[in-house]
Amino acid sequence: MKNIIKYLTIIFLIFVPKSFAAENNAKFLETDWTFKGLFGKFDRASLQRGYQVYTEVCASCHSMKYLSYRNLAEKGGPEFSEAQAKAIAANFEVTDGPDSTGEMFTRPAKLSDKFVMPYANDEEAKSANGGAYPPDMSVLVKARKGGADYVYSLLLGYEDPPSGIKLDDGVYYNKYMYGNKIKMPAPLSDDLVEYSDGTKATQEQMAKDVVNFLMWSAEPHLETRHKTGFRVISYLIILTVLVYFTMKKIWSRVESKV
Amino acid sequence: MSDKNDKKKTERRDFLFTATAAAGAVGVGAAVWPIIDQMNPDASVKALASTEVDISSVQPGQSLTVLWRGKPVFIKRRTDQEIQKAREVSLNDLKHPEKDEDRVQKPEWLVMLGVCTHLGCVPLTDKGDYNGWFCPCHGSHYDTSGRIRKGPAPTNMEVPKYQFVNNNTIKIG
Amino acid sequence: MSDHEYTPNSKFGKWFNDRLPLLSLVNHLTDYPTPKNLNYWWTFGGILTFCLITQIVTGLVLAMHYIAHIDHAFSSVEHIMRDVNYGWLIRYVHANGASMFFLAVYIHIFRALFYGSYKAPREIIWIIGIIIYLLMMAAAFMGYVLPWGQMSFWGATVITNLFSAIPLVGESITTWLWGGYSVDNPTLTRFFTLHYLIPFLILGLVVLHIWALHVPGNNNPVGIDIKKPSKDTVPFHPYIVIKDAFALLMFCILFAMFVFYSPNVLGHADNYIEANPLVTPAHIVPEWYLLPFYAILRSVPDKLMGVIAMLSAILILAALPWLDTSKIRSAVFRPLYKQFYWILVADVLILGYVGAMPAEGLYLLIARIGTIYYFAHFLIILPVLGLKEKTIPLPLSITEPVLGGSPNFAAARDKTEKIS
Repeated sequence: MKNIIKYLTIIFLIFVPKSFAAENNAKFLETDWTFKGLFGKFDRASLQRGYQVYTEVCASCHSMKYLSYRNLAEKGGPEFSEAQAKAIAANFEVTDGPDSTGEMFTRPAKLSDKFVMPYANDEEAKSANGGAYPPDMSVLVKARKGGADYVYSLLLGYEDPPSGIKLDDGVYYNKYMYGNKIKMPAPLSDDLVEYSDGTKATQEQMAKDVVNFLMWSAEPHLETRHKTGFRVISYLIILTVLVYFTMKKIWSRVESKV
Repeated sequence: MSDKNDKKKTERRDFLFTATAAAGAVGVGAAVWPIIDQMNPDASVKALASTEVDISSVQPGQSLTVLWRGKPVFIKRRTDQEIQKAREVSLNDLKHPEKDEDRVQKPEWLVMLGVCTHLGCVPLTDKGDYNGWFCPCHGSHYDTSGRIRKGPAPTNMEVPKYQFVNNNTIKIG
Repeated sequence: MSDHEYTPNSKFGKWFNDRLPLLSLVNHLTDYPTPKNLNYWWTFGGILTFCLITQIVTGLVLAMHYIAHIDHAFSSVEHIMRDVNYGWLIRYVHANGASMFFLAVYIHIFRALFYGSYKAPREIIWIIGIIIYLLMMAAAFMGYVLPWGQMSFWGATVITNLFSAIPLVGESITTWLWGGYSVDNPTLTRFFTLHYLIPFLILGLVVLHIWALHVPGNNNPVGIDIKKPSKDTVPFHPYIVIKDAFALLMFCILFAMFVFYSPNVLGHADNYIEANPLVTPAHIVPEWYLLPFYAILRSVPDKLMGVIAMLSAILILAALPWLDTSKIRSAVFRPLYKQFYWILVADVLILGYVGAMPAEGLYLLIARIGTIYYFAHFLIILPVLGLKEKTIPLPLSITEPVLGGSPNFAAARDKTEKIS
């Protein structure tokens, strides 16, 4: 029994920290994410503000093609009311059709529609952004080493280049970017958006809110996952204890160690 | 060791075995549920609940078929004669008694799922012994209110939830 | 197969069993005499069966929602993660399940290496095991391609290009594998088909693996032959069943930690970027369980020789029963082999580590030394060791080391005999 625990611990120690260590080799900026930990949950108000930052700042270049407007009202997310989510959707125009005469037409978006994309296709996105393709942000946090910490750091990592580094036009220096050169200009500045809940829109606040939002969009079932995980593991531990005593009982019939 | 002690020991062991087996069974049951539930309609399917239909071009006596949730919906603009025929039938003659008045919101417009209640085929419009619908699969005859009159189908064709958004538009679902 | 004649009690049972001896089979499996000194390293066979069934069941579910087409594969996986009821759970179990499967199989293999389970009369069990392992690697690799992320695409490109190392026909074989001039839609659909097929081949081989095991019976930590059934054995049910269940639950706790609290930690971030044939990720790294072989591949400077070295590293295991010349099975009685065994374990772990690092400088040097040592272990050390090593005398029965001639010996024997 003791041995098994020892071995499992060793296995766990070999695998988990190694993978974590690999993701944290650059020293990222730190902030207190509410979604981390055994019972981690999203901060709803932050998710709602994060959505605001996304629509007002990011959405002009970055798509989120795997999200639908209905997601905004779903449990475990920003949890806008259904009426709010409908009103948000109605701000966007989508192409639908063909109608009975064979023509395509536009209509206000509904809850079931996917987020409207800023560009019709990748080529248009590239040509509008000096050849750099603004990546889709639906699963962006999971698609980057370092995850939320990395994206948060990147948003706040713009600096003047150290002497000796020359930057071409349309290229910016970022401390956390792979290779330090990035084609996205610094997207955030203080008071760029006006939060309706009175939160002061500092750069840090906006970066935190939007990364919270992106974390949710990448992992919409995170809260359920944590909740289910706690239940599953508690159950497994109880059953393991029961089985352990059952095993002891059964093996007591033969004098051999288990 | 006395008999009493022995008995007590056996009871404790039996309880342990039962508790372990029961706890194990609960776990297996809980693990099976996600595997069953994943086949139910998912969130994106549930979101596609309603369809709006423009009915301005439908003349009396004509009908329109639209797709809603993967099934055909018949929208029939009935003539006065058809309405009259549907309303003068005695409820006693019906296999599945329902008043025509209860099946329509406006007498002129009959909206129903175009699915035969027998085994799910799509009936043909303006056919059959009652000039309503006729299902070619197994010969069910429906009247001008979509009620079953003859044949193997057990019930009338189903009326979905719908509303008139305005005089020219129906929202189904 | 049965060790003793079995007759069902009921009349119907007898009638049925005469026509299809299913009850005899069940009786054989429950009564199957198992050495009573098996330690927890022996529970991984049961754990692996659990892994295989979990992968098949979750895989069937995922296949109901997945679309094997380059335009839809990535988005159908996102659809599973977002919209399908419990889709996120089922996919995370399947993805991490592959890692857990390999973790268990490596422990299972290294257990066999330590206790000499591959030696006569168990060579066939061992070789079937190697085939299963190869099929597992094929299934894992093709499964990793299906989400059609960047690592899927470039992993597939790199691995299929290995075949182009074959002289003369290499290029044609690669083109044939792809069904085109690069990894593309035909490649994806055929990988999906094969990924779906292979687990069932594995299932069949597992049946053969267990069948072949039940002929000589289990090896045991002492590594000596035992009489069965005897005072050295216990019936499989309930003794081994409950012990396997206990170990399996411990394993499931670890499994659940990954699934619920770090589901993406064993994967690679780049695989959440949709495949793009125009951009290669900065580091192409296979999943952790293939890293030691990846290190061997990269340690050889020649393309063809690298591929041959990598394949030989696996295939050499099939010759192991004949390369190891020692008659003693268990490392417990082979003091020198025991030390070389642990060096081999360390060597494989080191190879795995450098496999994840860039193939340059010191890492490359370590990979080369590690590769040479790996082959030396099997080709030089083992044959020589078997002839030269001075081993510790074997006990006459497993009861002896377990009970060590304690005064309880007679009592214990009586007790065991009553039960079995």
